[in-house]
Amino acid sequence: MWRYTLNRLLQGIVTVWFIATATFLAMHAVPGDPMSGDRAVTPEIRKNLEAKYGLDKPLAEQYVIYLGNLARGDFGISFTQQNREVNDIIREHFPISATLGILAIVFASLGGILWGALTALYRNKLPDIVIMFFVILGISVPSFVFAALGQLALVKLNDFLGFSLLPVAGWGTVSHMLVPSLVLGLGTMAYLTRLMRSSMLEIINSDYLRTAKAKGLPATRIFTRHQLRNAILPVVTVLGPSIAGITTGSFVVESVFAIPGLGRYFVQAVQQLDYTVIMGTTVFFGSFLVLMVIIVDLLYGFIDPRVRVS
Amino acid sequence: MNEPVSNQDGFNRSAGRQLLLIAVGSVVGITLLMLGLSWASSLAGGARVSKGIDAATGTVTLALADEPPQLDSTRSTDTISSMVLGHVTEGLIKNGEGGKLAPGVAERWEITDTSATFWLRPDARWSDGKPVTAHDFVFAWRKTVDPKTASEYATIFFAIKNAEAINKGQAPVSSLGVRAEGDRILRVELVRPVAYFDKLMVFKSFNPVREDFFNATRGRYGADADTLLYNGPFKITRWVHGSKLRMEKNEFYWAKDRVKVNVLDFAYFSSDPNALINLYKDGKIALAGLNQENLNEALVKRWPINRFQRGSVAYMEFNHRKGRPTANLHLRRAIQLVIDPDEIVYRVIKLPGNVPGRSLFPVWLDGVDAKFREEYPAKRIMPDRVEARRQLALAKKALGVDKIPPLTLLSDDGALGDKLTEYYQETFRRELGLEIRIDKQIFKQRLAKMSAGDFDIVSAGWNPDFPDPLTFADLFASWNSNNRGRYKNPELDRLVAVAQTSTDVRTRMDVFGKIQEILIEDPPMVPTYEPGVVYVVDPRLKGVVRRVAGFDPDYTNVSIGEK
Amino acid sequence: MASSIPHIETTLDDFAPLAAEQRRQQLSRPSLSYWQDAWIRLRANRRAIVSLYIVIALLLFTLLGPLVWRVDPSAQDLDQVSRPPGAERTVTLAAPYQSWTGDAVLPAAPGLRLAYPANTQSVRLIWDPTPGASAYRIYRNIVPLLAGESLGLPIAQTLTDAETRYEDRLDLRAETYFYTVVALDAAGTEVNARQATSVTPVAVITVEEAVSRGLKVSSEPLKVGDTVRFKLHPLGTDYLGRDMLSRLMHGARVSLFIGIVAPLLFVGFGVAYGSMAGFLGGRVDQIMMRFADFVIALPLLLFMILFKIAFGIGPGQSGILPMIVALVALSWPGTARLVRGQILQVREEGYVNAARLLGARTNYLVLRHMIPNTMGVILVTLTFAVPSAIFTEAFLSFIGMGVAPPTPSWGGMSNEGIKSMLIHPHELLFPAVLISITVLAFNLLGDGLRDALDAKMRSRE
Repeated sequence: MWRYTLNRLLQGIVTVWFIATATFLAMHAVPGDPMSGDRAVTPEIRKNLEAKYGLDKPLAEQYVIYLGNLARGDFGISFTQQNREVNDIIREHFPISATLGILAIVFASLGGILWGALTALYRNKLPDIVIMFFVILGISVPSFVFAALGQLALVKLNDFLGFSLLPVAGWGTVSHMLVPSLVLGLGTMAYLTRLMRSSMLEIINSDYLRTAKAKGLPATRIFTRHQLRNAILPVVTVLGPSIAGITTGSFVVESVFAIPGLGRYFVQAVQQLDYTVIMGTTVFFGSFLVLMVIIVDLLYGFIDPRVRVS
Repeated sequence: MNEPVSNQDGFNRSAGRQLLLIAVGSVVGITLLMLGLSWASSLAGGARVSKGIDAATGTVTLALADEPPQLDSTRSTDTISSMVLGHVTEGLIKNGEGGKLAPGVAERWEITDTSATFWLRPDARWSDGKPVTAHDFVFAWRKTVDPKTASEYATIFFAIKNAEAINKGQAPVSSLGVRAEGDRILRVELVRPVAYFDKLMVFKSFNPVREDFFNATRGRYGADADTLLYNGPFKITRWVHGSKLRMEKNEFYWAKDRVKVNVLDFAYFSSDPNALINLYKDGKIALAGLNQENLNEALVKRWPINRFQRGSVAYMEFNHRKGRPTANLHLRRAIQLVIDPDEIVYRVIKLPGNVPGRSLFPVWLDGVDAKFREEYPAKRIMPDRVEARRQLALAKKALGVDKIPPLTLLSDDGALGDKLTEYYQETFRRELGLEIRIDKQIFKQRLAKMSAGDFDIVSAGWNPDFPDPLTFADLFASWNSNNRGRYKNPELDRLVAVAQTSTDVRTRMDVFGKIQEILIEDPPMVPTYEPGVVYVVDPRLKGVVRRVAGFDPDYTNVSIGEK
Repeated sequence: MASSIPHIETTLDDFAPLAAEQRRQQLSRPSLSYWQDAWIRLRANRRAIVSLYIVIALLLFTLLGPLVWRVDPSAQDLDQVSRPPGAERTVTLAAPYQSWTGDAVLPAAPGLRLAYPANTQSVRLIWDPTPGASAYRIYRNIVPLLAGESLGLPIAQTLTDAETRYEDRLDLRAETYFYTVVALDAAGTEVNARQATSVTPVAVITVEEAVSRGLKVSSEPLKVGDTVRFKLHPLGTDYLGRDMLSRLMHGARVSLFIGIVAPLLFVGFGVAYGSMAGFLGGRVDQIMMRFADFVIALPLLLFMILFKIAFGIGPGQSGILPMIVALVALSWPGTARLVRGQILQVREEGYVNAARLLGARTNYLVLRHMIPNTMGVILVTLTFAVPSAIFTEAFLSFIGMGVAPPTPSWGGMSNEGIKSMLIHPHELLFPAVLISITVLAFNLLGDGLRDALDAKMRSRE
């Protein structure tokens, strides 16, 4: 077990190195640079700037320096937000993205399990049809449309009530979190509902359920102990990738709801060609993803005895 | 399923009850979780959701388009930090009412062809209570021209003795032609007369920086609320990166009696027009820009609407490098003759506040006695397809081609970007049969490609640094590095040189008038529009000043009144 | 227990061979190949079949649509900007616009009044001077004025008090406008001297414009004062007056092209990569799969953005190629992993070993066993990859990194539509609905295929 974990961690580190190298190369293949400004600068000022950021050195040397800094956990200083370290930017903005992501996952998984179970119970009846209609909507409508509509709905709601029940944008209090995280979790919720429904239906046909019914267990016990519990398992397996996906894919919600998350910073940094921030966030998100996958793999061993690693 | 139906129903009912129980449980759980989070964040001093205008506490809540990258005035280049710095710091001279200059840290000043002298007021203080002295200016100015600082605005100092040599590393920083005589007199030596030197002093790069404080921040000056020293009407008390910036009245400001609100709370950083207007609608911010899409709603809701011209000019710039078809005068004139600024403003942009572009010199510039454009009206080019096609035929003949090769139109992802470039592309195709290839790049890449000359036509623009026609006039001088199309016209160069050194208003304006003619007859660019904004302000918020040069918007004199 | 076995008498006859069986095992039903079987089951799935029809309809819409609806998707008509479907199309012909010198053809009346009949080219207003005014500010509104409320949009301000006229040309439509002129005092503040009027401009275009757009109805030459009808736009127009239907068709080319070609390419590459690793096995497999793991670990959206700007879009290019390259470069490892797993599994299956023992050649094994048994997985991956590629395109368009203008794409169109969804909902609705339908159709088709191709399901129904 320990050996396996160690092995996975080592692989993870190599993967992060790969991500860092890929980012570095991709970044330097981009034409233009962060020092192009609205006002043309004299060649002397340009040279001073390049020297200041170490961009006057050959690429190989820059790469070595970059890796060295990375090993020490130093992502450097932002180009556009001079005086701010990329580490600070990640430290201040990632928790916001993470909070949003965690809430979204909570909504998505609870909602998915409940709706999924409901549709399976009332298969081909009204609740099933109504819920599956929304699931289909959730799967097929792009997230930015949802985000825009969500904000519009908030405005209309506040307009209708005559006072502002929920803020339409911004970040800071719990009331700010509710709608953005719901919107963010919607797609995943639809996906999980579908998954839950099919795994519930599979279990309805299973032998052990038939046995349980045959031996006269009370219905509530059959439902919670056998059906629900076993049906949740596949849902748990896809949660890991979903967490990473939701946390890194929240740009849209962050930009629509003016939330200062890391995703929005990344998109801005790309637009500004802010090398250090781009590289820092990519490597950070990459490491986060790798870590998540490892953790889920290990956890899954605990949850499902059949795949326990030896 | 082959079980009896009733049995299945019974099972479903009990399972449904079970599910309902779980659902209720999880809703309660989530509510508790969120309440817990709320309680925790309130313990940590989390923000309350404040109103756009709070008369009881004298708070005005607003939005910033973006986070200021940093607030070190010696290196700052962008408009957002200009705006913030304008509220929390003060230079020698500041913008006063009605577009006039007003004394700032300097009580009075005297500017000659070779020197400038400023007498500082005794009651100007930093936010830690210490006086603002002439040494603080000397330190800041030296810092900006120091090659080690690599300030992009060092060039704006080049009229001061030795500034250029210092910036090129050929002279020691201490040789800069500025010195403090005691704490309260600042003397500047100029290498050439500058007619607009007083207007220049409003610019943020000339603001003071105190040496001991700067050194104590160890390279983090202006990065956070506590690593910046304030001498303006407000001071930053809280700056949460990426989300909010709060300014409070500065008790040490010399004219603090004139500051009528206690708090300016920039509680949102967003440039999404829909998000901002939604915040305004919700009463969360006191001022928001409108775009063409939500203008009608604002009218139906009967919000008070204002408009304002930004002061910049947008144009289509040509590439004059060898081998580029646009180096040919006839082709440029043909394009000039099919660009219809009226149509661009009235039918494509459709926002009041935007003005059809007829000259590189915008309508707000002052002339001798009245507005420059009143005294020197720009020749109006009416769209003329017949003449345009004649010019195009001449261009083809001169270039020796049957068909003009496809032209590259460089643009970026700005707010109006796609709409306008697509409009230009179609117009040039329809009117002249020109094939236009759009090259849309992100902002920084557009600039890089512009500097490299990798375009035929580029949609660009110019933001003035100081309110003098020269900021526009020297743009296409052959030596100006912002002349990215490499336009060269000896007559224009000569005229610019005259305008730069003359201090006589009449002579300078005549020269600018002639430059305006040249720019229309031998166009390095075709003006398209003067950008403007339409915005809504909470009717209780009075005294917001919008300015074309200097920082904008200016909230330093706002007050909260009745609706 | 032995005692309980009933005693059976056996005779020698029992061991005599039977006569050769006449009837060989007879097939009671026609023999069905894997694919025929799958097809039958797919056909029984109504949702999947409807989806299949939708996919076919979408392809027809994309490929044949532009042949039927021959409207140039880039032709702009600034007289018909953002028209919803079914908007009024009648328009009057007018003389070309001439700049105004301040004269009036309409009779003078006190207060704010029209100098010329108002049309959508221009509204020419004149008013009475207010004593003591230094300048005037002109407001325009679309709702009737109420006392004490906002006057509407401040469209202009005169430079001097001598100017007592204004020509409005800003985005005029055939609606009623409420104009107000307010005098300003020397300090530039509004004084309480207002003149107001309401104006309903007539929709006009010039004769030349009508001719150039082919709006002629009879053989007689068009003249000023005639009425003509604008060209029909069944789904309305966009923000530059371009035909929505035509743009949706051409946008479908981009969106479906990206949505189908990119998955085909990366699934193809993934299959090749995965099966190679699976077949070769051993150390090569280890190394190849480790590399796939690296690529899978790259944050997809972040790298999509990076790739997009690193490859760059050259002038005049649509930017479809860099997007496909980025999608392929980042999405193949999923398929590769899946296919490798499948190959490894199938290789070890009993029936493969049995076939091998019976002397089957590699070719036969691959064609008869490997491919059919992995094909199902591959097909399902492919159908599910289509929606995700379409979503990725839409997402990139949303953050302004999609295909370059003027190429239309559904993602780009909905992104433009979002900005004006309150006033022109059709600009968002149509592309968003098309994206949804496509994504949905491919999803349901994928579901159906999975059910149809899944060997486990065969024993179920």
